[in-house]
Amino acid sequence: MPTNDHHSGTNASPPQGGPDVVEPSVQHPAVRMVNIEKYFGLVCALKNINLEVGRNEIVGLIGDNGAGKSTMVKILTGVFPPTRGELYIAGQKVNLRAYNVKRAHAHGVETVYQDRSLGEKQVLWRNFFIGREITLPFGFINVKKEKEIANEIMVNTIGFRGKGITVDSSVRLLSGGERQGVAIGRAMYFEAELIILDEPTAALSLKEVRKVLNFVHKIKDGGKACIYISHDIQDVYEISDRFVIMDRGEIVASIAKKEITLKALDDFLLEYSHGLKDKGES
Amino acid sequence: MKPQNSPLAFFGKIEGLAVAAVLVVLYGVFIITAPTVFTGYRIYMSFLQTVPPVLVCALGLTLVITAGEIDLSFPAVVAFSGFIFSWIFKNFDASWAPWVGFVLALAGGALVGYINGLLVARIHVPSIMATLAAQFFWYGATILLSNGLQLNIKEVIDTTVHAIFVGRIGDIVPLQAFWALGLAIFLWFILNRHKFGEEIMFVGDNAEVARVMGINVEATKIKLFTLHGVIAAFAGLLLTLEINVFFPTQGQGFLLPAMASVFVGGTSIAGGLGSVIGTFFGAYIIGSLEAGIVATTISGYWVQVVEGIVMSAAIVLNAAIGEGRISMISDRLRRWGAPVQSNTASEAQRKDAATPK
Repeated sequence: MPTNDHHSGTNASPPQGGPDVVEPSVQHPAVRMVNIEKYFGLVCALKNINLEVGRNEIVGLIGDNGAGKSTMVKILTGVFPPTRGELYIAGQKVNLRAYNVKRAHAHGVETVYQDRSLGEKQVLWRNFFIGREITLPFGFINVKKEKEIANEIMVNTIGFRGKGITVDSSVRLLSGGERQGVAIGRAMYFEAELIILDEPTAALSLKEVRKVLNFVHKIKDGGKACIYISHDIQDVYEISDRFVIMDRGEIVASIAKKEITLKALDDFLLEYSHGLKDKGES
Repeated sequence: MKPQNSPLAFFGKIEGLAVAAVLVVLYGVFIITAPTVFTGYRIYMSFLQTVPPVLVCALGLTLVITAGEIDLSFPAVVAFSGFIFSWIFKNFDASWAPWVGFVLALAGGALVGYINGLLVARIHVPSIMATLAAQFFWYGATILLSNGLQLNIKEVIDTTVHAIFVGRIGDIVPLQAFWALGLAIFLWFILNRHKFGEEIMFVGDNAEVARVMGINVEATKIKLFTLHGVIAAFAGLLLTLEINVFFPTQGQGFLLPAMASVFVGGTSIAGGLGSVIGTFFGAYIIGSLEAGIVATTISGYWVQVVEGIVMSAAIVLNAAIGEGRISMISDRLRRWGAPVQSNTASEAQRKDAATPK
């Protein structure tokens, strides 16, 4: 049985100091959420969320539908603010009242969604810079520069070579895995402190999933922090350094990969959900 | 999917080339079938005079449709702006009157567009409903304000506003054609080379993607509708100045030709991509058809049938040269009537592969 604690210390505090945990940042963690809560009217969507993600660390976020994963991601990415709590990015406290998607980008929080990352009909170079264009005076786009950089990202960061895909290709010509590669490459180019991958492999074929996982490995090699959300425990296990398990708006366990095997994690999740079921039934 | 293998692919590489080719072929046919009319310059000057107001509306509409929205209220704006200008010109006998009238007419268009934008973006009324209501309201308001009467502004011919916007170069070439061309170039740069245009395309492509990439979707829509209001008001001014009279129903015949110009030009109703150059040539195709068909001396009953055929041909041509579409269309033609199997099979495969083990 893995070490876990439903409500106390392991409530997502990162594995620090122990010999058996991943070595995250010596300085500030990439991101730190302190006592974050979110209410929608009277409904509590997130409660007492304390989570740190260290640099060079990939945290696998696991939980059933409605566990609060998406709400947490939306708070981190500035889609909506929490009801209360504090957020630190690279040690800097974030003013949550003025926080929005643009500010999140400025703070270095990038997100790769299952299907909301790229404009399908748009050419690739536009997709790399949408929302933060390189502009000339009067808001006109520096197309030449954007194309140059987009090409560099495609060749060097993502590793697209040949294949007949250029920065002028439309996104709809790309396979699902390649699309996620573009979104991940974009996130890495913009010097993200934290890259959130929200179900990036859902609806992809096995071969395409492999491609995406390779991209995620590159994130870690690039020294970035990452939150990886997926229903596929096998993928999460392969990719992550630590597993944070959420249920009903709370973080219920935080387990370092070195402390648990895939089978044990699977069993644990199964037992856990059964345990809850029993509790609910009784 | 290699569109470059097809002879038609060449047309797909340059924006608007296919539509321009249709226009050239059309004029070629007219020159053969109605040589007396189409070998002289007068018919072309007449097109340069009559097409610009509709063209100007269609250019603005291209941006609106690219954003995945629609604006049905611009005919009312054409009337409303014409009324504002004419009323001020008629009631203030001063040298500034035409200029103030001009600016206030544009401001009137901006107001109509801004309200449309608020309804669509903030209150989330579907644009087809919001702008249909706006069309009735502002058309009605114009009739009410003008008591249903036309305003004759013959004296406007002697003003600089008239000379600048609808004068004649060398007493022959109508200046409004150059204003419409200038607007087309300006809007091409806005749509294809400006941040605002990129925002329009992403909003039309997928508003959710636009939002998570940090675009203020609501603000973009409000700005866009306001811009189209100003553009439609400008069209109303060109029309009123050209004919030296305001009449309450002016612009009411613009809706369908302007929309046809946009679609013939290759802009998709689905949003996300738009062709300003295509609309430019599309408007001249639509605007030349009727006069051209009549000039060929075939029965007038044929006019709309031929119009429909030419429009359909242009739209199909545009669809065919779209990225990778040729193989798709020929595929469909080959499998005409056969049950579609390939999609469902690949979907099932994908689902199978995506199932967690």
